[in-house]
Amino acid sequence: MDKIWSMLTDPNMQWIFLGCTLLGLSSGVIGCFSYLRKQSLMGDTLAHAALPGICIAFMLTGIKSIGLFLVGAGLAGVVATFGIGYITRHSKLKQDAAMGIVLSGFFGLGIVLLTLIQHGDYGNQAGLDKFLFGQAASMIGSDVITMSIVCLALITICTLLFKQFKIISFDPGFARGIGYPVALLEQLLMLLMVVAVVAGIQAVGVVLVAALLITPAVSARYWTDRLSLMVVLSGLFGALSGGIGTLISASVSNLPTGPVTVLAATLLFFVSILFGPQRGLLAKRIARKQVKLRYSREMEHRIHDSKKKEAAL
Amino acid sequence: MSDFWILLTGALVASCCGILGVFLVLRKMAMIGDAISHSVMPGIVIAFLLSGSRDSMLMMFAALAFGLLTTFLIQMFQNSGIQADASIGVVFTSLFAVGVVLVSLYARQVHLDQDAILYGEIAYVHWNIWTLGGVNMGPKAVWLLGFTLLVIVAVISVFYKQFKLCAFDSALAAAIGIPVALFHYLLMGLVSMATVSSFESVGAILVVGLLIIPASTAYLLTDRLGVMIVLSVAVGVASTFIGYGAAVMLDASIAGCMVCAASVLFIVAFLFSPSQGIVIKKLRLRQLA
Amino acid sequence: MSLTNTVKTRNIEAAAPLTISGLSVAYQKKPVLRNVTFKVNEGELVGVIGPNGAGKSTLMKAALGLIPSIGGEVLVYGKPYKQQRKMIGYVPQRESVDWDFPTNALDVVLMGRYGHLGWFRRPGAKDKAMALECLNKVGMADFAGRQISQLSGGQQQRVFLARALAQDAKLYFMDEPFAGVDAATEKAIITLLQELKLQGKTVIVVHHDLATVQDYFDTVLLLNVELQAFGPTAETFTQEQLQRTYGGRLAFLDRSMQPPSSIGGKGV
Repeated sequence: MDKIWSMLTDPNMQWIFLGCTLLGLSSGVIGCFSYLRKQSLMGDTLAHAALPGICIAFMLTGIKSIGLFLVGAGLAGVVATFGIGYITRHSKLKQDAAMGIVLSGFFGLGIVLLTLIQHGDYGNQAGLDKFLFGQAASMIGSDVITMSIVCLALITICTLLFKQFKIISFDPGFARGIGYPVALLEQLLMLLMVVAVVAGIQAVGVVLVAALLITPAVSARYWTDRLSLMVVLSGLFGALSGGIGTLISASVSNLPTGPVTVLAATLLFFVSILFGPQRGLLAKRIARKQVKLRYSREMEHRIHDSKKKEAAL
Repeated sequence: MSDFWILLTGALVASCCGILGVFLVLRKMAMIGDAISHSVMPGIVIAFLLSGSRDSMLMMFAALAFGLLTTFLIQMFQNSGIQADASIGVVFTSLFAVGVVLVSLYARQVHLDQDAILYGEIAYVHWNIWTLGGVNMGPKAVWLLGFTLLVIVAVISVFYKQFKLCAFDSALAAAIGIPVALFHYLLMGLVSMATVSSFESVGAILVVGLLIIPASTAYLLTDRLGVMIVLSVAVGVASTFIGYGAAVMLDASIAGCMVCAASVLFIVAFLFSPSQGIVIKKLRLRQLA
Repeated sequence: MSLTNTVKTRNIEAAAPLTISGLSVAYQKKPVLRNVTFKVNEGELVGVIGPNGAGKSTLMKAALGLIPSIGGEVLVYGKPYKQQRKMIGYVPQRESVDWDFPTNALDVVLMGRYGHLGWFRRPGAKDKAMALECLNKVGMADFAGRQISQLSGGQQQRVFLARALAQDAKLYFMDEPFAGVDAATEKAIITLLQELKLQGKTVIVVHHDLATVQDYFDTVLLLNVELQAFGPTAETFTQEQLQRTYGGRLAFLDRSMQPPSSIGGKGV
């Protein structure tokens, strides 16, 4: 406990803590929209695809800067989404197979490049493999600031364009009808997802960053039917997971941030599943009992009525 | 000599994954295969921790347990109203996170580290060490894979018509009285076995590449299920051979190169498949015009 | 009621191809099917009619045990449906299947034999011959080796029907077999239904096209979550019953020039 407290008073740690919390917040927010558009696993694909992008960026420039990696990963993400769409449109393969192919293909390439870097002569390549599982505690100050700015920008855009994102997620045909630039907005949403994924990779790692996009959003779904509340809750859950994950992983040596954050998010998910009003397991059990009771009462009434009719005849 | 063992291991992995991958792709469950390959990992680690050594049977059992648990949880969440893709995402990320935590905390006891999870120990350690430890490890992985392949071939051939109908038209299968759920769990159980057997050579995460990519390639090359299975295995084996060659030349991860080779073969089929290749279709159009 | 009457009634009921009592299906809190009770006799050709969301497909799927029900009983020839699967043939909706699957028309029809083969047997020469015969009956014998993705919508529907024939059942459930098919296929389906009726089989069809009900079916079941009416077409398929089932959504009925007690087929 003391260790955690002493960490919190360390200014460097404070920055990292803030950064990861913001990251969880923005991932939770974006995750809601991708969940509604049934693109939850797209985040996973983008994250796996980002690896070769990051490696190539490093190999070309030799610099280890998160801004550069953002660009590399972003470009890789764009290529990946294009690839998935192309495969689905021009062959009989369905979207799940296309995602699987792109995901594992890109990731395989990324691993190859990673090992090439490790065996090669690239100087400060140490720590590049931290991208696989995340190590928030080892983030440099400037990187944290970049990440925080990125996340704040993400949240701002989502707030400003909330109405638009809501309608293109729900009914893109209708949105087109009232004149919204649906294709543009969809691309923007995809881009924001790429940004969230790339920002998250440093803290949580390639393999698990998808969880930040999916789990808080799903958890929030159990508490409300209104999108605005769902987004807020999802952001809250994400922020909590990010914060807790960072704290715990920084206080235990050799424990990467990624899995702990994911486990925190999963815990919140289980709580939501059990106790969410209306959709939670507890609530459903009660509702089911009520419905069955109502039906059996109805049946009794009908039998009673028909018996009365028979008696009257 | 070690070359032979590596190639044999690769061929066995490709065979196991190639057969199962066909059914995953046809049932549109490629991502569930991805999920299972990730989530058997905590099972493997727990088996290591419990047995103190690499008892293969215990590992197999633990992987099966976690694979079936994953299938069950995904099904449960889906039935309770969560979308299919989100259900998959939540389940596999949390189970995989558990696995990574265990590995990080008990790395020394388990003789594993995070990189090994990704692309297997064989690739992580240099060729020389592979050769030295090879005589002990090689055959063991080969035996495990051989056993798994036998089980897969046996189960799939005996219940071929059930797997086929469940993949094609599960509504009719249920109406006829085929226990669709049973065969679903059976398939996912086999995927779990294939994952854990391939774990030492290809790692948990790259196994999905060998599950999905060769099967998809075969899908583009034929219209018959039986042929698709054979082609899937053939493409997979070719990928492992080509991949290994590339890895030796480049001094890079073997598993990664195998998956890259599979991707290249996929692209070739995508473009040049005699029946469905993009380039071939364009050429035909031009001939007509 | 005297005891002998009760026993007689039970015997008659036991022989009926389909007896459904009190079938109810709910999705979360919403009732999709409420307390549906009816009995179909042998040789009847039943059309299940109702507006969208009325539960027609749900009725079929619940009767086959494909979706869970919250109450009710389904008896096929007097026994629970689970024990009578060999007597039931099912034609699901065409969209429920992936037509990119690597298989040909004959193979699809052969799948209809699986119910008779048990767990371990493979289809043999007799099964293959029967499958070809079924394809022939729907006019698709020439397409036996054709990859199914190369078939038109109507041809796919006919392959589905051939598969149902191969199931060699006594009671058939068909979910929207006429949806989106060409005229030739429609004719083929009707001929098939008539032939099945002549063989003494019972067929229950979810149908969407009101204009053709009187020509196709001798019995109708009007459904809108609850059973609205069930009986011979001539008596049951009336303006009044339809108005009740569709809840006023059939505006054209008022403008129809048909006699008040029944709706004409082609004139509307």
